[in-house]
Amino acid sequence: MSLSLLRCVWLGLLWLYLGNAQAALEIEIIGAGEKQIPVAIAPFAGDVGLSGELNQVIMDDLQRSGLFRLVDASAEKAQRPSEIRHAAWVGRGAEALAVGTVTTLPDGRFEARYFLVDMVKHEVLLGEALATKPEQVRLIGHNIADAIYEKLTGSKGVFSSHMAYVNRQGGFFRLLVADSDGYNEQVVLSGNEPIMSPAWSPDGKRLAYVSFENGHAAVYVQSLDSGKRRLVADFKGSNSAPTWAPDGNTLAVVLTRDGNSEIYLMSAEGGNIRRLTYSNGIDTEPCFSPDGQSLLFTSDRGGSAQIYRMSVEGGSAQRQTFGEGTNFSPRYSPDGNSFVFAHRANGRFYIATQDFQSGQMTLLTDGGWEKKPSFAPNGKLILFASEARGRGILATVSSDGRVKQQMFTQSGDAREPVWETRP
Amino acid sequence: MKKILISGLLASLLAACAAPAPKPPVDNTAAEEAARKAAAEEAARKAAEEAARKKAEDEAAARKKAEDEAAARNRLPNAATSVYYPFDVDVVQDADKVAVEAHGKFLSSHAERKMRVEGNADERGSNEYNLALGQRRADGVKKMLELGGAKADQVEAASLGEEKPKATGHDEESWKQNRRSDMIYK
Repeated sequence: MSLSLLRCVWLGLLWLYLGNAQAALEIEIIGAGEKQIPVAIAPFAGDVGLSGELNQVIMDDLQRSGLFRLVDASAEKAQRPSEIRHAAWVGRGAEALAVGTVTTLPDGRFEARYFLVDMVKHEVLLGEALATKPEQVRLIGHNIADAIYEKLTGSKGVFSSHMAYVNRQGGFFRLLVADSDGYNEQVVLSGNEPIMSPAWSPDGKRLAYVSFENGHAAVYVQSLDSGKRRLVADFKGSNSAPTWAPDGNTLAVVLTRDGNSEIYLMSAEGGNIRRLTYSNGIDTEPCFSPDGQSLLFTSDRGGSAQIYRMSVEGGSAQRQTFGEGTNFSPRYSPDGNSFVFAHRANGRFYIATQDFQSGQMTLLTDGGWEKKPSFAPNGKLILFASEARGRGILATVSSDGRVKQQMFTQSGDAREPVWETRP
Repeated sequence: MKKILISGLLASLLAACAAPAPKPPVDNTAAEEAARKAAAEEAARKAAEEAARKKAEDEAAARKKAEDEAAARNRLPNAATSVYYPFDVDVVQDADKVAVEAHGKFLSSHAERKMRVEGNADERGSNEYNLALGQRRADGVKKMLELGGAKADQVEAASLGEEKPKATGHDEESWKQNRRSDMIYK
């Protein structure tokens, strides 16, 4: 089936509302994977409230990925593989079935115990018990969905990973961290001055970001556990575009202290600043390659904004993007073989990828107000900022362009999203 | 004889008329003296008042003149405080140079005054690219102010990129308002 035809297929339309005010959002899915794996999730036995929520999280995650087709299993009563009546499943097409139980432990935690069964070979593929506090039922659901995803597709799941983004409402800015499905929003920083460019440390425990609270752009690094933060770059002019080296100790930043937007390396604790670029144009948005040896960045040194690559040792830079239009915000794929970026042409922004070997650009979206893409840790999905119904929203597209998802937060404009880099 | 009679008659008539009217001569003199004194005192008081008023007026005029002169010295230039740019351009346009030069001249003669220049960009480009573009715009204005005589430490150049748009539409009407540097006296 052609891509354009698939784009017209509305496979799933999910309206997910959460009752509490913590994170209400709607998710809309467009498109489907080339081959969808039919999978069934039986209602887990036990506490109906907990198991119901757990089941819903698992099914929503799998459905949202676009790689699965959910087969109805609401009548399946089995709690373990031996109880499955395979005869009842003949002809229903499910390649795998998950069954399980939820029990409350004496210490108040709850335990989810589940099995994933190959319905063709009648083999147990997975068997796990996970225990946690009742308020973390969604996390357990994401973990189970990740395990099922990995077992059936061969790629690591990303449902239990996180994203960071900025919400702008009028003149009020909030830096937020949320689960991969947009739920469980946590406020990292808020205020009346702009916040930009959040960047995850490789261990997922810290965020570097740009805040204007001192009257100009300055770079901070904040611990997500303790909330403690450090002002690491506050020179005159603008200090911005922080990004982490894979070692977790080094940042690349953009400073204008020497007269122009140039890329520098520095310690994530502050100090030890080394200048990398020397050009008359704007150099910004650095991104480390997964091996930490090169940087991609945006520069207008050739007359218009394009993507360049250079060694972290410095030296000359090689232009990567050519042809019509301008290009911004490059991010390496986790395998380092390609990069994703925002491509601007004909008055629209598109999310595009380019393979290093072929130099071929592929547009993944139909264009609109689409900016700031970043790969999910497994390289299968790309998160970006988009716009719909007159608001800034979060959106994802599968790296093959087939499955798209839009996430509508309750209010305000979602900006500058970035997916956690921790694998 | 007839004449004398008439004269006598006239005289007596005159006498008859004059007799009841006059005040006693002593009383009359004292009153006139008092009136003259009062008038003199009044005139002196008026003169003093006039002198005081004149003095106050002169002082007020002198004060106003000094104030006007000071105000004229400190009056901000009658020039625009925002400059605008074409898309993806950071150079101050010819039309805006006069205004920037006027502010530069003012800063040069007022070493105690400080200014903040804020560069802004429209939303076409990444947020980080636009932050860099806004900084180049603000830096360009700062440089031109310095050419006009401002000292480097009088002017702070900052960028807001596309983060604080004046107009929020996705159209040229909004974008052209947002491609802007503001010169703000502190």
